[in-house]
Amino acid sequence: MTPLTLVESRAIPLPLANVDTDQLIPARFMKRPRSEGYGPFLLHDLRAEPASEAARLDHPTFAGAQILITRRNFGSGSSREAAVYALADFGFRCILAPSFGDIFASNAVKNGVLPAIIAEADAEALLNNETVRSGGAVHIDLAQQIIRVGNHTIGFEIEPVWKTQLLNGWDDIDMTRSYSGAIADFVARDAQARPWAAPSRR
Amino acid sequence: MSSAPRTIIDKIWDAHAIATREDGQTLLFIDRHLLHEGSFHAFDQVRKRGAQLARPDLTFGVADHYVPTRNRTAIAPEIRRMVDQLVDNTTAHGITLFGLDDPRQGIVHVTVPAQGLTLPGLTIVCGDSHTSTHGAFGAYAFGIGASEVAHVMMTQTLWQKRPKRMRVRVDGALPPGSTAKDIALSFIAQVGADGARGHAIEYAGSVVRALSMEGRLTLCNLSIESGGRLGLVAPDETTFAFLKGRPFAPKGEAFERAVADWRALASDDDALFDREIVIDGSEIAPVVTWGVSPEQALPITAAVPDPDRIDDVSRAEAARDALTYMGLSPGMKLSDIRIDRVFIGSCTNSRIEDLRAAAAILAGRHAVVPGLVSPGSAAVKKQAEEEGLDHIFRAAGLEWVDSGCSMCVGMNGDLVPPGERCASTTNRNFKGRQGQGARTHLMSPAMVAAAAITGRLTDMRPLLEGRTP
Repeated sequence: MTPLTLVESRAIPLPLANVDTDQLIPARFMKRPRSEGYGPFLLHDLRAEPASEAARLDHPTFAGAQILITRRNFGSGSSREAAVYALADFGFRCILAPSFGDIFASNAVKNGVLPAIIAEADAEALLNNETVRSGGAVHIDLAQQIIRVGNHTIGFEIEPVWKTQLLNGWDDIDMTRSYSGAIADFVARDAQARPWAAPSRR
Repeated sequence: MSSAPRTIIDKIWDAHAIATREDGQTLLFIDRHLLHEGSFHAFDQVRKRGAQLARPDLTFGVADHYVPTRNRTAIAPEIRRMVDQLVDNTTAHGITLFGLDDPRQGIVHVTVPAQGLTLPGLTIVCGDSHTSTHGAFGAYAFGIGASEVAHVMMTQTLWQKRPKRMRVRVDGALPPGSTAKDIALSFIAQVGADGARGHAIEYAGSVVRALSMEGRLTLCNLSIESGGRLGLVAPDETTFAFLKGRPFAPKGEAFERAVADWRALASDDDALFDREIVIDGSEIAPVVTWGVSPEQALPITAAVPDPDRIDDVSRAEAARDALTYMGLSPGMKLSDIRIDRVFIGSCTNSRIEDLRAAAAILAGRHAVVPGLVSPGSAAVKKQAEEEGLDHIFRAAGLEWVDSGCSMCVGMNGDLVPPGERCASTTNRNFKGRQGQGARTHLMSPAMVAAAAITGRLTDMRPLLEGRTP
């Protein structure tokens, strides 16, 4: 996983609440292998309507944007990690919102995408910020937990564990393997404590 | 382990904690790992690392997301490929599969509990957000993404942060006609679709105690729609009676020992919850959703809300956006909303009790719109046919088909056409969930049956008079 420390890019305002993972990637695209790239499927149905807020994804003003600003409960619903694949493959490295679906946020971190929690008032301010809306640069410093637009600076929240993981680009599995002894001890103890827990053989 | 009073959530957590890091992350042992066709991303990750499955004996595969519900002999190649991929992957790793032609096939959250694989006190994960369903048995069950699925495949563990605890107590007794679905939708409307975020929920109170296992499964299923990590019900005699004799459940002495352990899982009397919500069960009426989030729900007797009267800017805009998508106007009576079709099925409401409730309304009546009834598993289908329920659905003009996720998510091609309005027993009224441009109204099976008969959203209570639910 690529470490994430600083992000400096245009940011796309998406003033919608409850953008669920079904909208982030409609189910019909999920049969495809990841190697084909999921970017074109991001917000596919919403983005296709020219009047939609999501049409900004394809507007030259926001070309190359790595930051998405949105409203509460982003990524709610289905656990499909394909929603994060679509965001990451499109080029997003950071999502700013007042709240995220729990599973989505966890999936994001595992793919090196920062789910930064900002205050509801800050979200509204950023969504209406002239610099943001005209495709100006937004700076995000993960170590300092700061977002800067022009002279305007706001803070954001992130689980400390996720922050460390993103800053270092760490992967869980290698760390877990170093616990193999503890896992084996647990399994031996547990077989005595809960003899009924294993599926019964018929 | 400390002797301080603990919730059931903490008791199960503590019993599965292998190690806790300084940063508070705990490595949890996973008792059951459930896979489906969508698990191919995780299998690919395992393959890429050249790794093996840590515990194939605790891993079970079920074909449900993509399986056709009709004509299983002539399957479209792209769908066939998804089902075959699951067969290949589970075979290669020695995993038991409830595949397309297996009598145990069905929706993972319907057939797995019925097989006795879901037990109180277990940790259960699946790459599906509705894994919270299994909490009905007092299991700690939650949905995960593909990277975590791969992690469980390779280690049989997961790093987790201890969740906050929420208790939802539903007191009193439900009025006739109100169901577990109505409890869940009322709760979600009250707290919001992200109201329980970061929390594990224990459902308690006299109304929850009185629910059957089917009802508890429906209630726990919808936990994720309130943003909760999981939802569970402490096991009791209802749970034990359901489990006894199930194929994979413990037998004989092992079962007795298990029941003794399971009784101790209940939250201690003075255990502390981070948040407590009390709902008066006697106030719960049949509920329908009017928008594009499960939080946009109201009793059937209400009217479509006016966004101009919602103070919160973000919520008002969400309501406005929802009404545009749904093609509804503020102030219109919910019972005046006309529908184009109905769907009875999904991991939320496709169990035998759900089918009986719908059939009780439909018996001797005709649907004025087309509709699909997809039982939750091959076993549920067989039982319903033994009870003659299939005749009632067919005679009413609805299609009686095989089991799968079907029109809840549309992956298998069972879709609501663009612009059409569907009364549905499913879990998500998201934009495009049932098909591009589809409009979904969520409700209980009996409410869907009533809507089928009248062609509009309908209070099922008058239609139930003189009938047994």
